[in-house]
Parts: sequence; structure tokens; C-alpha cells
Amino acid sequence: MRKKHDWLRETYRKSLEKMPERPVAHRTLSDIAPEPLYTPEDIGVLDPEYEEKRGFPGEYPYTRGVYGSMYRSKLWTMRMFAGFGTAEQTNERFKKLLKAGQTGLSVAFDLPTLMGYDSDHPLAKGEVGKCGVAVSSLADMEILFDGINLEEVTTSMTINSPANAIWAMYLAVAKKRGYDWKKLGGTIQNDILKEFIAQKEFIFPPEPSVKLVIDTFEWGPKNVPKWNFISVSGYHIREAGSTAVQELAWTLADGFEYVEAALKRGLDVDEFAPRISFFFDVHNDFFEEIAKFRAARRIWAKEMRHRYGAKNPQSWALRTHAQTAGVSLTAQQPLNNIARVAIQALAAVLGGTNSLHTDAYDEALALPTEESATIALRTQQIIAYETGVTHTIDPLAGSYYLEWLTDEMERQAMAIIEEIRRMGGVVRAIEEGYFLRELAEASYRYQQEVERKERIIVGVNAFTDEIPLKVPIQLVDPEVERVQAERLARVRRERDARRVAEALEGLRRAAKEGQNTMPHFVECALAYCTLGEMMDVLREVYGTYQEPAYV
Amino acid sequence: MADLNRRIRVLIAKPGLDGHDRGAKVVARALRDAGMEVIYTGLRQTPEMIVSAAIQEDVDAVGLSILSGAHMHYFREVKRLLDEQGASDILLFGGGIIPDEDVPKLKELGVAAVFGPGTSTQEIVDFLKRAVPERWKAQGLA
Repeated sequence: MRKKHDWLRETYRKSLEKMPERPVAHRTLSDIAPEPLYTPEDIGVLDPEYEEKRGFPGEYPYTRGVYGSMYRSKLWTMRMFAGFGTAEQTNERFKKLLKAGQTGLSVAFDLPTLMGYDSDHPLAKGEVGKCGVAVSSLADMEILFDGINLEEVTTSMTINSPANAIWAMYLAVAKKRGYDWKKLGGTIQNDILKEFIAQKEFIFPPEPSVKLVIDTFEWGPKNVPKWNFISVSGYHIREAGSTAVQELAWTLADGFEYVEAALKRGLDVDEFAPRISFFFDVHNDFFEEIAKFRAARRIWAKEMRHRYGAKNPQSWALRTHAQTAGVSLTAQQPLNNIARVAIQALAAVLGGTNSLHTDAYDEALALPTEESATIALRTQQIIAYETGVTHTIDPLAGSYYLEWLTDEMERQAMAIIEEIRRMGGVVRAIEEGYFLRELAEASYRYQQEVERKERIIVGVNAFTDEIPLKVPIQLVDPEVERVQAERLARVRRERDARRVAEALEGLRRAAKEGQNTMPHFVECALAYCTLGEMMDVLREVYGTYQEPAYV
Repeated sequence: MADLNRRIRVLIAKPGLDGHDRGAKVVARALRDAGMEVIYTGLRQTPEMIVSAAIQEDVDAVGLSILSGAHMHYFREVKRLLDEQGASDILLFGGGIIPDEDVPKLKELGVAAVFGPGTSTQEIVDFLKRAVPERWKAQGLA
């Protein structure tokens, strides 16, 4: 039986060599100094399943965290999702967030960009810059990251169908500014399966969509080795109405589906799996959320090791970003959301997340204002620096309820994963409408429970106010559409038309012949091809997807 | 002569590029459970598609669900096309993430009701059961 003493001497020490303890007092307010970790040994109990189920931080099965010293050495990355209006406006917000102490960037794109349309496309009308920043070409991307050191900051980009193109634009900015791709860190969401399940920002049918994702699995580790080329996302699944168990199961099932697709292409699991990252939602049910993170790590580790034969421990370790639940926020009594976000963020931290976005209190009303975004960031900083939850790793481990709930969520999630496997995998389950039906059921059931007051939501179905509280909200300047259209016209006028045509032709050929598209996306980006032009080429080759209208 | 006891027909639509359809689907299902006939358009509908479906399906009301911030544009377009095609009698309502400041502007355009986050589905059912028969009466249909 492995002893804590051995873990401290081996894993913990090795972890500190890479990243020393933070120079803060790891002591309680009464000056008690907690050790980095507590195990059954510390309270003199026996847990015969300890090693198999819980183990030690930084070791298989990673239930207690993916890194040896976790927050004792390095806090989670505070990565606030931001983006609105033009590239100039968002660049300014980025710089303010960095100045306020945020440690990573996270880009929200507007709907035309997410759907692969240029800002001046007829379908973009009314949507440009509304729920994210508009990026139609390298010219926008250059402005978006103007004055930001790309080797110092890691950037996450929430982009899916056009992920290859947008990533190529980011890499093109780096290249033009002389940064080394080998030093770039960040994440593209690039999880198309959950789009078919929940968020619905798909362009092409499932099969070619997955093909594009696997192109990044193949090309990424060789060219941008520190980049996470996917963030397998449960967040949107949960927001669309799933339960926490469904979120857990479907997200991991998506992850396994990508692994299988990559293996089918002949890639080496230990080359790509270490760069797969995850993204979960954190809702109000405190212990269920903590258990979800712990169960997710354990399931991933077990399956990657035993089912997919991965040998590299980094292939077993599930690293995750988390976001507090936008869907839990209320338009009524909006300031209450600050409390909800704090509780959810605490759950994510106690669950051992590696990166976190906290929602702003006004998000049920509009995009965050500068003030509300700052309060959300400050909430993370209060948890990190004032609550002491970072003194010791996985501090709730060993709680009878939490350990039982972690096991129970693992059991229920595995049953769903097996069910999806029996259906023939995630793509088949999408085609059969399985997720749409399950989501419709779960979200309707929840709504009815709220309306019957079986679930109480403060300020909505209980403790309501006569006079609603007004908070200031952020409005997007309608000028954005015009600014974007002008910039696009200038880009199209000034670029080298021949280079553009050749780059797009190269992309078309690669798509038709089933070659890896990434080098061609990079060439297109450097040539200032627009996003719409690149996506149109693929629309021609792959066709588009229309979801059946199911209620 | 339409009869006042006929079933209310409602079109629920998701205009624009936004794919967040949880609210639209929950509302559609609640209206159906309340005895109405509900047609759901599916995602990514243009105003033209919505209005043409509303007329073809002979609905009493059209509900738009918009969370992307593009609500002013879509409500204006749908209302304009309904009027243009002689279908002003179809009741237009909607919901989503819509700032309070915009609600009077939408009402001015002719949007009969705007339901924000946290609205109970019963409220929407009650609204339609009241407003639609009122229209029938006003038009001398009943």
C-alpha cells in the first residue's frame, strides 16, 4: 500500500522542482499549517479502496487532481471569457482584464464568425459583434491581439466549426510577429460533437466535421506542441438542459469518440492524448459538481489506460477548464448572481479545475459590463487568496457523502457511456436523435419542477420583489457592422488576389482528396482569405447540415 | 366563422444564427401540453421563412426566441413582412435575453408580449389563451 510519505518524497517533490510552492502563508487564520495532503492515514482509518479509487494527486487515477502539488504551487488559470463588438473594443477589454490580474485570455466570437460567415454576409445582419467579437480575416485577428505578448499569455478561443481557420489566423499573427509556435500555449474549443448534441453551431455534417477536428490532432502536436487543440465541452450540454450526470457521460463519450477517430487515422494515442483538454459547467448543486470533476478524471484515466492502451501518464490526466452556470443566473434580483457565482466557483476549485471563468452577475440581461466582469474576476481572487481552500490539495476528499457521490456519478455515467457505445457511438446517437430527445426531456422536467416549486429559485419562484432592481447593462454599438464591412472591403482590395485564389484552391484540393487541411488553412490565413471564403470552399466540398426540428 | 373553442395554433421560431434552443423547445412543449397546436420551425430561420410558414400554417400567433442580441432586427423584419403580406392579424410575441430598455421599443413595433428569463411557461399559456380569442372576437371571427 502506497504511503503518503512516499508520495510526498516522490510525486510532490518532483512537482515542486518544476513549480515551487507559492510564496504565501499556507496557514489558517489561527496559524495552523495544513500539510499539502490528507489521506486516511492522517485520521487513522483504513480505506482498502483508497489507491484504486482515489489515489494521490498527480498520479493515476487522478481523482484527487492532475498535478502533484496543485494549487499549493500554481493556482488555476483565471480565464475570463470576453469579446464583443470590433477587434479594437475587445482588445481594449483584454488589456483591462490582464491589468486587473487575469492570467489567461479567452475569446468570445460573434455568431457570424462561429457560423463561418463574414461580417458583411446577408445572414450576419443584426448579429455582428453582438455576442462576441467579429473576426472575418487576419486583419481582425491582428488588431485583436495588438500589443499582447503571445508567448507570455495563453489564449483560449471558443470556436468550433471554423476552428481550423481561426486557429490558423492566430498562428499567422504569431508568425508575422516573429513568435515561436513551439512556445505558444492556448486552446481552441474545436469540439464539434457537442455542437450537434447541444449548442448547434455546426456547419458541415458530422463526419467531415470530425475529420477536420482530427486534422488538428495530427498536425497540432508536431507544429504547436504546447497547444490544446481541443477542449471537449460539457458546458453547452449542461446549459442546453442536461443533468450533471448526462453532462459527465456525454462529454467523456465525445472525448472517446475523438480518440477512436484519431486511432482510426493511425495516430499514436500517446502523441495526441496529452493535448486533449476538457470544459465543464458548474451549477448550484455544490457536492454534485465537485463529485463530477473527480469522477470525470477517474473515468478518463481508467478508460485511456485500459481501453485505449495509452502508456503516457499525461494521456490519462484529464485537465479541465470550468465555467459557472450561465443558465443558473436570474434576470430577477441580478445581484444575487454574485452569490451563485461564488458558490459555483468554489465548487469548481474544490473539484480541482485547472482553469476557471466566472460569470458576471448581469449575464441573464446582456453581455457583461466592465464592472460586472471585474467583480466576477475578483470573486475568483477572493476564493484563491482569502478562503484558505488552496492550503491543502482536494480538501473534501474522504467526506463520506462526496466519495459516495463521486462513485455514484461514475457508475451512472459509465452506464450511459456503455449505452452510447451499444448504439454505435456518438455520431450514430446524434443521427438517431438520442441527445435531442434526452435533452428535451431533462430540460422540460426541470422547468416543471421549478414551476411546481419543487425546486426553489430565489427571486424567481420564491422571495420575489415587488419592484425590480435595475442594473446598468452593456449595449453593443450598432456601428460595428459598418466598421467591419469597411475593413473587409479594404482587405479584399489590398491583398494579393492570386495568392488568395491559390490558397483557396489548395484548401479545396486537400478537402476533396482527404488530406490534412491545416497547412492550407495557415496559407489561407496568411494570404488574408476571409473566413467566409474558407468556409464556402468547405461548404462546397462537404455540404451543410440541417438538424431535424424536434420538440 | 371560426369557433372560439378551436385550438390555438402557434408557430415557435428561432430566427438568425443562434442555436440556443432550450427555451424555445420548453415553451413549445408547454404550449402543446396546454392543448395548443404548436409548430416549431427548427433553427436558423430567416424572417421570410418564418412569415411564410406562419401564413401557410394559418397560425394565430408567432413566438420568436432570441438570445443573441439581434432581437430588434428580427422582430422588426418579421413584423414588417407579416404586415406586408396581409397577416397583421397574427399575434407576434417572443422572449429571450432582451434588455428591459428594448421592451417598449418592441411593443411599439407591434410585438404583443415579451417574456424574459425566469418567466413561467404558465404565464405564456395564460397570455395566449387570453390574447388570441380576444383577437378572434375583435376580427368578428367568433
